[in-house]
Amino acid sequence: MSTIQDIVLAFRDKPGGIIEAYHAVQKEYNYLPEETITVAASTFGVSEAQAYGVATFYSYLSVEKRGKYIIRMCESAPCHVAGAEALIKAFEAALGIVAGETTADGKFTLELTECVGQCQATPVITINNVPYVNMSPEQVPAVLALCQ
Amino acid sequence: MIEEKRIVLRNADLIDPEKIEDYLQAGGYQGLEKARSMSRPDLIAEIKKSNLRGRGGAAFNCGLKWSFVPADAPVSYVVCNFDEGEPGTYKDRIIVQKDPQSLLEGMAICGHAVNSKKGYIYCRGEYPYVVDLLNRAIDQARNKGVLGDFDIEVRMGGGAYVCGEETALIESIEGHRGEPRFKPPFPGVAGLWAQPTVVNNVETFANLPSIVINGAEWFAAIGAPNYPGTKVLTLTGDVANRVSIEVPTTATLREVIYDFGGGIKDGKRFKAVQVGGTSGGFIPESLLDTPIDFDSMRGIGATLGTGAVFVMDETRDIVDITTRIAKFFEHESCGKCNPCREGTFRAHEIMKKVNQGRASVQDIENLTILSQVMEKACLCGLGQAAPAPILTTLKHFYPEYQARLQLN
Repeated sequence: MSTIQDIVLAFRDKPGGIIEAYHAVQKEYNYLPEETITVAASTFGVSEAQAYGVATFYSYLSVEKRGKYIIRMCESAPCHVAGAEALIKAFEAALGIVAGETTADGKFTLELTECVGQCQATPVITINNVPYVNMSPEQVPAVLALCQ
Repeated sequence: MIEEKRIVLRNADLIDPEKIEDYLQAGGYQGLEKARSMSRPDLIAEIKKSNLRGRGGAAFNCGLKWSFVPADAPVSYVVCNFDEGEPGTYKDRIIVQKDPQSLLEGMAICGHAVNSKKGYIYCRGEYPYVVDLLNRAIDQARNKGVLGDFDIEVRMGGGAYVCGEETALIESIEGHRGEPRFKPPFPGVAGLWAQPTVVNNVETFANLPSIVINGAEWFAAIGAPNYPGTKVLTLTGDVANRVSIEVPTTATLREVIYDFGGGIKDGKRFKAVQVGGTSGGFIPESLLDTPIDFDSMRGIGATLGTGAVFVMDETRDIVDITTRIAKFFEHESCGKCNPCREGTFRAHEIMKKVNQGRASVQDIENLTILSQVMEKACLCGLGQAAPAPILTTLKHFYPEYQARLQLN
């Protein structure tokens, strides 16, 4: 695994590259460890407060530790009418956590999200950014079993 | 029955999107070649004459937008808004996944018109797999040398709906929080890194190669005269066929829902359609014969917006859906301006009260006034459009609100 310093420094010469650097750190670490903020601040010449402000503005970036598998459940209107709420409840029951939490073994994080752009086949979830469409509560165990 | 007309999706499913050779064989990059043989003012005049209007939501004349870039600007940028975050919308994803080179060619045509050497595609964070496809497409275009001295870079967003607003998008490319700027100055004068910048949507760019090849008059004669061409629509919700289509802008909502969408699924009856994404107005059955073009939709208090067509059947609870939408805007408000930050919060609060049967007539009056204030006072399109679902459902579906109100 590359160090955070190395990942961030690779974007040093990219104008406005701080968000790209955050995406790259998150790709390896699944979240932005605290060190990311301090390194990014000095690399891109902004204050730590500004670097933190950027990191916490975007819902895809997380400064909290997250699980190996990040399950995001869309609750926008097209998914809402297609039964997103029942699906959310099914995931919460299967994992024993509520949306926003991570399982004790660090395997799953459950997040609510807005539209992920797969509205031809609602409701939709993504697991580590891969969309699963036309979901139903009955499919939850099978989908979780794919995460090994 | 009205038929599909494919301009931006002309190559969809006919070529391999991973192969630039396929695109070239289908006539790809001939539009750019022709554009480069034209003088910049002539090219801008041609696009202006075609009356191509922005396909991102605001429908501004594309050539006119380009003409704001000073002719003597030493540095300028072309930015593609691929942040489609409107719930129910996935048309730009379809366009890029089916034919990425079309977008690149469109951006290069714009680059020639405004003397820009650098383009950015701001792709929403929900589509990392499309970012990869775009990067492969750009590599191929570079290797073939078709882009000349115009270079394109992809930047990935972070899941912020507000970044679909052009100045917030620019802030995000610059590495900042995606908060909209005060206008003026407009991006055409001072945009990315304070340089003149053209921001257009994916679908707008993808129209350009065909317009340059076939001429402004060809395009202007397709669809509605005041909003010519086609529109890519994505059908979601309770239609039998949840498909994406490209139709001339003279198509009516009824034709879209019944001829292409196959009507309401499971034999149920139509109740409402929301067009243009979650910030669009709700439209009742009595207005379904309205054409989809921007001005006709505006005329019925709705919007064409992104072209999302969200259909609801007779069993759907309008108040509950509008409450859900109010929650969306509370979540997505960036917090920069008070009317939006506080307004979306209060609007959701009152909608929850209505939805739970705890609201009074006074609450509805307050909600109406709040909505009217937000339409006028919010800094950017997010806050200005956020009340549209509330105001249009109050107008067309008031009995559903009334049934929930407390009589005191």
